Amino acid sequence: MSLSSLVVPCLLAGLALYALGKRVDVYGALTAGAADGLQLVIRILPALVALLTAVSMFRASGAMDVLTRALAPVLEKLGIPPETAPILLVRPLSGSGALAVVSDLISRHGPDSYTGRVAAVMMGSTETTFYTVAVYFGAAGIRRSRYTVPAALAADLTGFIAAAMTVRLLFGT
Amino acid sequence: MAWIWSVLVGISVLFGLLRGTMAEVSRAAMSGAAGAVELAVGMAGALCLWSGAAELMRRCGLDAALAALFRPLLRRLLPRASRDEETLSAVSANLSANLLGLGNAATPPGIRAARRMARGCGGAAGDELCRLVVLNTASVQLLPTTVASLRAACGCAAPFDILPAVWISSLLSVTVGLGTARLLGRLWRD
Repeated sequence: MSLSSLVVPCLLAGLALYALGKRVDVYGALTAGAADGLQLVIRILPALVALLTAVSMFRASGAMDVLTRALAPVLEKLGIPPETAPILLVRPLSGSGALAVVSDLISRHGPDSYTGRVAAVMMGSTETTFYTVAVYFGAAGIRRSRYTVPAALAADLTGFIAAAMTVRLLFGT
Repeated sequence: MAWIWSVLVGISVLFGLLRGTMAEVSRAAMSGAAGAVELAVGMAGALCLWSGAAELMRRCGLDAALAALFRPLLRRLLPRASRDEETLSAVSANLSANLLGLGNAATPPGIRAARRMARGCGGAAGDELCRLVVLNTASVQLLPTTVASLRAACGCAAPFDILPAVWISSLLSVTVGLGTARLLGRLWRD
């Protein structure tokens, strides 16, 4: 039995007991949240269909290989596997686009492969930067974002490099 | 998005013509669309379960407990905004919801905080508002549930085994983001 196989069951059981102790309606909260989750799936499905179609076409045409090869020298210097190049380009712009690219990579290389893991960690440790900036500054009536975008992109790039590094250190290549 | 999609498809057709891979491109278009639905269905169960767990955490008041934990940190990160009690509580609610992976619950208090911080600044983002947005674009999440559901849908036995890697990467990325913001804040002239 590995430690990671304990996380999910213990988290669920611990949370349920804690909630019972606090007199929270455990089952009601779970199902209400699950309904929200289903809403989320329905909301991203149309975008996922459009984007996974485009990404599949892009890969089948051979354009993905050309892109990957073109960026490979730079990415290898940063320690990033070149196959993840499309994530770097799409992630700051579109969350469902990145999800499409990541799922394409994971199903192609396997979820427990080096590339599959790096792709997952990249997705989990970064955000849709431009969308977030637009939402917050749009709502607050900010017209000049000053240095926010460069700083946020520096954070994204760090996340990508760190994803490759941590996966290499923790799981090997 | 319209541009990204059209350019992707346009380039694919161009490459298909030039390299004679049109048959593959045509097949990929159909299988990609079908794959998206399979993927969404495969992810739906895990995603619902984790949304349920997140909602349970929220109803237990774990987000409020986390928010209280953040306050001292936020007072140092956003000293001016923290003098306003309502802004401080909005920012900490925003952060704790992000941390628990409650994306929908994170945005409203985040926007409330941003609005309060943007008052009287004449449309230019102040240093602290820049920091708040960088904090939000860096995504620090305790349980990256979407990507774990995706891995589970692809047949992964331990979809959460990437947790330590995600945490370390997120921490490094948010640190560099805030560090860059601080540095640029000193250098920026406008």
